Amino acid sequence: MARSKKDAVSVTKSRRNKSRQQRVLILVATRKGAWIYQSDNARKSWRAHGPHFLGHIINHLMLDPRDQRTLLAAAKTGHLGPTLFRSTDRGRSWKESSRSPAFAKATDGASGRSVDHTFWLTPGHAAEPGVWYAGTSPQGLFRSTDGGVTWDPFSSINDDPQYRKWMGTVQDGTPDGPKLHSIIVDPRDAKHLYIAMSGGGVHESVDGGRAFAPLTVGLKVVAGFDPSDMTFHDPHCIRMCPSNPDRLYQQNHTGIYRIDRPSREWIHIGESMPQRVGDIGFPMVVHPRDAATAWVFPMDGSTVWPRTSPGGKPAVFVTHDGGKRWLRLATGLPSRDAWWTVKRQAMTVDSGVPAGLYFGTTSGELWASRDEGVRWSCIARHLPEIYAVETAVLA
Amino acid sequence: MRILIPTALHSYTKKSWVEANGATLQALLTDLDQHYPGIRFRMLDEQEQIRPHIRFFINGDQTFDLTCPLHPTDEVLIVQALSGG
Repeated sequence: MARSKKDAVSVTKSRRNKSRQQRVLILVATRKGAWIYQSDNARKSWRAHGPHFLGHIINHLMLDPRDQRTLLAAAKTGHLGPTLFRSTDRGRSWKESSRSPAFAKATDGASGRSVDHTFWLTPGHAAEPGVWYAGTSPQGLFRSTDGGVTWDPFSSINDDPQYRKWMGTVQDGTPDGPKLHSIIVDPRDAKHLYIAMSGGGVHESVDGGRAFAPLTVGLKVVAGFDPSDMTFHDPHCIRMCPSNPDRLYQQNHTGIYRIDRPSREWIHIGESMPQRVGDIGFPMVVHPRDAATAWVFPMDGSTVWPRTSPGGKPAVFVTHDGGKRWLRLATGLPSRDAWWTVKRQAMTVDSGVPAGLYFGTTSGELWASRDEGVRWSCIARHLPEIYAVETAVLA
Repeated sequence: MRILIPTALHSYTKKSWVEANGATLQALLTDLDQHYPGIRFRMLDEQEQIRPHIRFFINGDQTFDLTCPLHPTDEVLIVQALSGG
């Protein structure tokens, strides 16, 4: 049967729409293993693959966006030391790294540090295939040039006396150990790096990591302490805007901040959050195409720091104007008596149109929104405590 | 000598009992790593310290001394010690 011109246009439109709908992977790292969820084209239904590494503590699971096949998983178990697993077939099979991140052995008489676990994984620059960065607990920065098979330490951070002083001791860190996180590679320049340490502050390198310098002007610290001392800075999560790499957002122990480079001063943008909620939290998420839009997931940072949803009412907050105003997004989320929260690596966004948002909770629920946070639905329950959620859009 | 491997490390050895050689516990673990790459780092950290929940028994006696001498007839038990959820 001959197809009319109108029909032809309709088919073309349909194909164009379909081409914008792509399958999404959600990579879920938990206290007891990892799961991979794969969507249909509409991101409506999800198929679970897993558990991978059941019983292992998986702090981060990342897919290499450069080849869309290589997965790295940062792992340890209750009994054993840390390691990294690597898959080159998107999780069908895994092989252990032959040399995982480890600090330099201390010279005679000195006290050396030991990596407790790898906490953060960042694929390198698009022009440097095979390069990955890893951040550890206690704070350490490592680099691989062979796709994660072997890892080498950055002496400029790991062994520098000033940085070691700023890092403090294991007892100065977060409850499950001080961490180096938020490793960011500037998409315009492979040598331009940002890192953050909890504790230890935000730091920048313009020479590929040979030297780092603090970038903390404007950031508050806990009252009574000196903000010029990096020791007292606790950045929780930093994200660079893909649509404007000069703009970074930060969720910090003392609130929500933004910086627009080349300025060296962070602006506190969390002050317009509702007072009963506050602007304390762990994750920070930025829009894939709009640098004025970002999301946070506030938690209760009052009194003894319960680290639960404020008042037991979980909600995402979004800004569409760089932090001047914040809007509460909670449709579909529990309206009361939900005392979980979301860790710093456990909330993320995909590159779909509209963008999909995802977060995993400390109580093992995986939530998704296909409309940039307006409506939420739970796509998995009863998982172990979720440590990290990442997405990958399959070409 | 015979070495008992805990279940957490069976992903390397695929069995409970294995054979390896060494004049000290440290050397034994290095030899074990030759046969099963990566297994040593899961038990000893980069500062050559025994990891918190790993224990070694030689002929039934616990030791924390990696330089303790071993004999070919010794039996080494590696134990995972951890409780909690």
